[in-house]
Amino acid sequence: MANQKRETAIAGIHEYPLRVAPGRSAMQIKIESIRAALDDAGLSLADVDAVYDTNDGEGGGGLGFPAYLGINPSVIDTTQVGGSSYEFQTAHAMRDIAAGKANVAVISYGSIAASSRRAIGTGGATGAGPANWQANMEDPYGATLISNYGLVKTRHMHDYGSKHEEFAEISVATRAHAMRNPEAVQAMTDLAFEPVAEITVDDVMESRTIADPLRLLECCMVSDGGGAAVIVSADVAKGIKKDPVWLLGSGEATKYRENGGDITVSAGAQSGPIAFGEAGISPSEIDIAMIYDSFTITVAVCLEDLGFLKKGELGDFVKDGRLRWDTALKPTLNTDGGGLSSNHPGMRGLFLILESVRQLRGESTSQVDGAQLAVAHGNGGNLGGGHTGGTVILAKD
Amino acid sequence: MPNRPQPRFPEPNTEPYWEAVKDGKLNYQQCSDCNEVVFTPRMHCTNCGSGNLAVKTSKGEGEVYTYSVVRQTRHPSFVDLGAYAIAYVDLDEGFRIFTNVMGVDDPTTDISCGMRVKVDFEQQDDGGYPIPVFVPA
Repeated sequence: MANQKRETAIAGIHEYPLRVAPGRSAMQIKIESIRAALDDAGLSLADVDAVYDTNDGEGGGGLGFPAYLGINPSVIDTTQVGGSSYEFQTAHAMRDIAAGKANVAVISYGSIAASSRRAIGTGGATGAGPANWQANMEDPYGATLISNYGLVKTRHMHDYGSKHEEFAEISVATRAHAMRNPEAVQAMTDLAFEPVAEITVDDVMESRTIADPLRLLECCMVSDGGGAAVIVSADVAKGIKKDPVWLLGSGEATKYRENGGDITVSAGAQSGPIAFGEAGISPSEIDIAMIYDSFTITVAVCLEDLGFLKKGELGDFVKDGRLRWDTALKPTLNTDGGGLSSNHPGMRGLFLILESVRQLRGESTSQVDGAQLAVAHGNGGNLGGGHTGGTVILAKD
Repeated sequence: MPNRPQPRFPEPNTEPYWEAVKDGKLNYQQCSDCNEVVFTPRMHCTNCGSGNLAVKTSKGEGEVYTYSVVRQTRHPSFVDLGAYAIAYVDLDEGFRIFTNVMGVDDPTTDISCGMRVKVDFEQQDDGGYPIPVFVPA
């Protein structure tokens, strides 16, 4: 790891503890999280010179966000690419800081998707906003977001003979991690999961189908929530409260429906190698894989595309508890409980980075002994259609 | 499925496609310079960048690339329908369309990847644009 550049680090984090937060606005969740993350770093609002916001509601964005904070940052970035926005924004903060444009960057997320009863997975076309070239070709067909991901699982099973039981192992390992995380247990309790308990492959297999071939226990929850991360230069990292977690590499990509294209290959096949190349490490060295688990198929495809396994080898890969925190096999998956069992307020990419930091600080509720390297890979949009992939590689101090 | 969500206009990329659908034609574009098939409709060739795109009419035959059966939806136009299949269909002319596969007894068991299908224009009760869907060939 001699050639690795250690120019930027995560200095502070905060995850908003509630998954049902009535009476709060998304903006308030972001700002509370930023203040707590700055406190975690030993920094203050006056230190912030770069802000990143997805402009996802309630007067944020480039115009409103600095105004609410009451600061005058010199970098303002409103990248919005769906759930992976936070990996993209982290990549941009790494570049902005390395270029000397900023020293203290804040990235935040807030959402009240559960309290506002948003039908994210089953709502379908809204007919809102101006007409456009893609919606006009898709709205008449009644696709839901879940069925879009179902398209990918169907073809994956057809091409590679992958089995429901293999995908189910992803849900089982993730739930085991969630049961160790008090905030995830509270989330499942508040959102009336039945039962709030570890699950088996059979439980997943027997849960009802939402959109073939995806079953209920393969689908993420819809919650409230949010959080923040503070990214700083190497100089600032010398004076923070806790050990910095270094950002070694990043990659960004997009993918979309193409005539004759392979739907089982995601944008991660492009963003992953870029990030690993920049970091100077290989997937086999990664201890912690924080992969966007909107659905089991998302995790399977992204792990493949990042280079952890070949397509068609899912069954061999997930056996022997590889994905669990308490086995020696690498990588361990989604130790916070993931979107499947801890939180999914609509765009969960930030939580992938937050749990990576907790693991590399030794603060996870499912702490993996000796964790040195983590990858956070976000997938935004629709895996079976237009989507983005953002990959970030993180290292212990 | 009497009154589906309709394409909305003005939207100059897709309006000629939908006007052709009214006449029972499933159109696509092909580059006059490099022969690349272009779909969905737009203004340039995604292979060579040329703006010389010719409009062609498909025979409407192809195979199911992949599908998913929606069992739960909260969209008002589809909520009473029961299970229905969304799909990508690869037309024989070389383009992939997002669509529904209909005309089977049970979409959860009667559709498969590679299955041959043909286009069918579903008329709408309210006189809106017909919707190109696919049925077993």
